[in-house]
Amino acid sequence: MTKHLKIIDYAVSSLLRRKFKNGAIMAAYIGTVAALASVLFLTRSLQTETTALLQGVPDLIVQRTLGGRHELIPVDYKAGMAGILGIGTITPRYWGYYYDALTKANYTLIGSGGETAPLTMLEGRLPQTPDECAVGAGVAALRHSGRSGQLILVDSRNTGVLFEVSGLFTSESDLLTNDLVVLTDRSLIDFFGYPPGLATDFAVSVPNSSEVQTVAAKIKKLFPDTRPITKRELVRTYDMVFNWRSGMMLTVFSAAVIALCIMAWDKATGISAEEKQEIGILKAIGWDTSDILALKFWEGLIISLTSFLTGVIVAYMHVFFFNASLLAAVLKGWSVLFPAFHLTPSFNSFHLLIMAFLTIIPYIASTVIPTWKTAITDPDSVMRG
Amino acid sequence: MILHPGVLALITGSAITLLMLCYAAINGAMIFFAWNYNSSSASQLALERKTYLISTLVNYGLGFQIIAFVLFIFTMDDIHRLFVGAMCATGSLNANPVGWYALLSKIIVFFLSGFWIALNYIDQQAEQYPLVRLKYALLGGIVPCIGIDFTLQLTYFLGLEPDIITSCCGSLFGSGGESTASSLAALPVFPAMVAFYSLSIILISVMVLNLAFQAGVFRYLLALFSALFFVLAIVSMISFISVYIYELPTHHCPFDILQQEYNFVGYPLYLTLFGGVYFGMLPGLFQPLKNTAGLAEIVAGVEKKWVQCSMISCLCFIAFVTYAICLSKLTYFL
Repeated sequence: MTKHLKIIDYAVSSLLRRKFKNGAIMAAYIGTVAALASVLFLTRSLQTETTALLQGVPDLIVQRTLGGRHELIPVDYKAGMAGILGIGTITPRYWGYYYDALTKANYTLIGSGGETAPLTMLEGRLPQTPDECAVGAGVAALRHSGRSGQLILVDSRNTGVLFEVSGLFTSESDLLTNDLVVLTDRSLIDFFGYPPGLATDFAVSVPNSSEVQTVAAKIKKLFPDTRPITKRELVRTYDMVFNWRSGMMLTVFSAAVIALCIMAWDKATGISAEEKQEIGILKAIGWDTSDILALKFWEGLIISLTSFLTGVIVAYMHVFFFNASLLAAVLKGWSVLFPAFHLTPSFNSFHLLIMAFLTIIPYIASTVIPTWKTAITDPDSVMRG
Repeated sequence: MILHPGVLALITGSAITLLMLCYAAINGAMIFFAWNYNSSSASQLALERKTYLISTLVNYGLGFQIIAFVLFIFTMDDIHRLFVGAMCATGSLNANPVGWYALLSKIIVFFLSGFWIALNYIDQQAEQYPLVRLKYALLGGIVPCIGIDFTLQLTYFLGLEPDIITSCCGSLFGSGGESTASSLAALPVFPAMVAFYSLSIILISVMVLNLAFQAGVFRYLLALFSALFFVLAIVSMISFISVYIYELPTHHCPFDILQQEYNFVGYPLYLTLFGGVYFGMLPGLFQPLKNTAGLAEIVAGVEKKWVQCSMISCLCFIAFVTYAICLSKLTYFL
């Protein structure tokens, strides 16, 4: 034990003597770890956020499809579905997308569904009259319409409609409400010009979660043109998408790991005459080959762990303090209008283990043979020059 | 296949490890055939130098293999969310049954790797490399096992499809089924507990005897009881330990305890169990080496430490189990 502590002491001083060479490797190493760790942190954080958000999604969403495309669903279907045992409530939902040419942004317009109760994430109240609306922080910022301001939108008949802002969603709910404009159901139907008796989809509640799959099958059997989507399916799909995306990014960054290994191999192979002499002297004064190997092992481990931890800290700052500005566009999704939201730090030891596996193993594997070649150097030959 | 970061890390890490070990095994074979310690030829000197390289490569490789085992369990537990019907690692493994063989091969490779590293350690302590041939012959046997392990792991990951409907631990470890797992789960709690604690007492007593006396028979007994203890501990885990941790008489899964809901209690439990059994088996396995010239003292010196490590690990394991049972709100015998 004491022997190894002394070897570590020597390893540190030896590393410090060759600051620039080791600094170059560490810089590349830190960059690679930071890139990989950013991907994992960001994915993990987005996964946590979406999972939390999806808890609020209805147990079952029933859409109608026509020619494989999403179609409006007749409100009459509700009566047919109400007979299925296990269903709690069925609520027709009205919503749609709106492209705002003025700010070149897409908003999500949604009917309040008769809901008027105050929400915790809302300053003010939900719209109660057809000329009122509640907006998300992103929309309010883009249109400079704070609370009790006004919002002009162009409806399907190309007529400008003026809405009074009755409520403003707080920024904590950004991920959910940033691009949101809530209208009353009535004014939303008028705004988009939806034909009467048709809704966008149904939100179905099923109190017993183990019955959801059966209820979905029954709905599909009764109304073959519908597509029931369960909450679990949504959660799983999001998980899959995030895993797939982060997996793709990791695969791309694996090129960086390979480059790092080549660099490490190169640096470890091309040792200077001075370094060779040092090893020669060490062996001449009684160091064994296994001691030199231990020395090189500790040097490698010190470089690896220092760079690894620094890389992880850099990634942590990049993702959670700077909102992953370099990666967000790729991992968050297709929407350019995604809100500038703050990610909640979410981090576990599993990710550290994955990153260690992806970076430390290739690094050590690529330096082991050059290190051995250095360690078996004959003291006699190197000291003679 | 699922592009999960854990899956990618495992495949990459295992592939690199396998490459390193293959290189080591090829060089090991060369040493095995050409080794002659009494020769002072240049080729023998080169071989002696190569032993350093091989030891380093194999130590790293087998060390990675041990960490990969932990990562494999971690990943199994993490990807269960992607499968319909899965609630823990059991569901992930059921999604492609090759996974069970991969898990079994990982356990075997874990122990084999550990034994080889210990053998290498002893050989390096000796002046004349008396175990070189034995070491490299064994390496020739271990590397194919690691190759099989890698193939099984790859087949498992490639065969994973997220649309597979898998079955959860409730159906595999339910006490009503006919599988081995079900019959283990159906073992009555009280006799299982008596067996577990009786064997624990015997094991600890044998350890104390080992610390007090040098006789080889105690070392063999310790190896035997450690192996028995491993099997019985896994059976007990399914039969009653898990039940106490979940506080649910019908839930017997040995993997759910690895989850956050149960404070990751499974990790210290399994780590101490594997560590205790590993160190417990070493003195018995290495007993024959005492007959080799120059090794008797080295083995005698190191085996005391092994027994101590084994004792500490096993005591921790038994303490964790007892603590979990005492703390549980589930009461069978009151």
